[in-house]
Amino acid sequence: MSETTTNATLFEQLGGEAAVDAAVDIFYRKVLADYRINRFFNGVDMDTQAAKQKAFLTMAFGGPANYSGKDMREGHARFVKMGLDDSHFDAVVENLEATLTELGVSQELIAQVAAIAETTRADVLGK
Amino acid sequence: MTRITFDDQTFVTKKDETVLHTLLRNNIQVPYGCKAGVCQSCLMRCLGNTPPPTSQVGLKDTQQKQNYFLACLCKPESDITVTLPNTESSWLEVEVIEKIELSTNVIFLKLKSKEPLAFFAGQFVNLRRNNDGVIRSYSIANIPNGLHELEFHIRILPNGQFSRWVADELEVGMQLSLSHAQGDCHYVEEKSEQPLLLIGTGTGLAPLFGIIKDALSHKHSGEIHLFHGSRNESGLYFENKLRELTQKYPNFHYTPCLSGENVSEKYAQGRANQIALEKFPKLNGWRIYLCGQPEMVLHTKRVAYLQGASLKEIYADAFTS
Repeated sequence: MSETTTNATLFEQLGGEAAVDAAVDIFYRKVLADYRINRFFNGVDMDTQAAKQKAFLTMAFGGPANYSGKDMREGHARFVKMGLDDSHFDAVVENLEATLTELGVSQELIAQVAAIAETTRADVLGK
Repeated sequence: MTRITFDDQTFVTKKDETVLHTLLRNNIQVPYGCKAGVCQSCLMRCLGNTPPPTSQVGLKDTQQKQNYFLACLCKPESDITVTLPNTESSWLEVEVIEKIELSTNVIFLKLKSKEPLAFFAGQFVNLRRNNDGVIRSYSIANIPNGLHELEFHIRILPNGQFSRWVADELEVGMQLSLSHAQGDCHYVEEKSEQPLLLIGTGTGLAPLFGIIKDALSHKHSGEIHLFHGSRNESGLYFENKLRELTQKYPNFHYTPCLSGENVSEKYAQGRANQIALEKFPKLNGWRIYLCGQPEMVLHTKRVAYLQGASLKEIYADAFTS
């Protein structure tokens, strides 16, 4: 990652779209391998799922994505019925942070990404 | 300023406008989502000419080859005709020119069209029975040969409305209708050193056989590993043909697998997908084709991904019956 400059956006500092692609690949593998949450991913089309992960990470990276709270809410409603709760949300954020650490992103930027991800919690959990 | 033709209507783009924007501005409803090239909801296909490469970012190689593109990223430089995926609906008349029993429950069918056909081996078409319009999808098992012929392996299901009819009533000389070829499960010639892993159950062999023929005809130089699985011997077919190919092409490897009891030593014992995934625990850089039972296909896709394969390089075709 390049040094922080005053004008660069978070998305630029993280490395833009190429960084999102690298992160999706690591992140999605982690999520699928995580026994705490992988049951929510059974039976969904993996290509569609990967595209959604990319949209989510693009947003969490502060990038150009139109991801509305309504989409988040509707998209996760059936998982809430399956028992999706805060512990699962925390596990996803943990995997996201681990992904960025693996990619050598600074703790300061990771905290910013986690903070954006956090803004979706209520919608994801249908609260 | 360029022209976009969609559904027999033509629209003129404004400066720097995308195909999606032009269509929406003209109140044409097409699916879309993020408008940023991420969600791929606005997938469309260009007919006749190729779309700008910048509008194909993130698509599979096979989709790019078939001129698919994302409308939200596409600023056309010349006039184009576009369509939504899988909406071409014309039917071709084809004639049965060969019918052979490959095993107790698989029939080989060769059809011939009067008109030229565009397809890749491994794609699928819909076959329609002419008297009552019953339609079923089947994968293409041969490579284009210039004679407008298509080969299929039809699995006979005990109560199959279509397949039983193929077995009992369809004869050489009879006519069927055929849709255009669809799907992205096919060979691409650009990466000829890449190792290929093909796993199929039952007549999942049909597209895989076509893909292998295609790869070999393009002098694919990477290793090609086929695992064909069934419960018992009667479910395997083309065994001699495939063993002959291994003699002729040193980079082609064939492992027939049986998951039932009392397996002869000619075969590997176990499920084809498990045997293959155990043999190749690291799949980084591989291209993988999975065809057959839906549970096998979905499960194997996930495991192959977790073993290092890139999602864009896993081509899966789940057969429903």
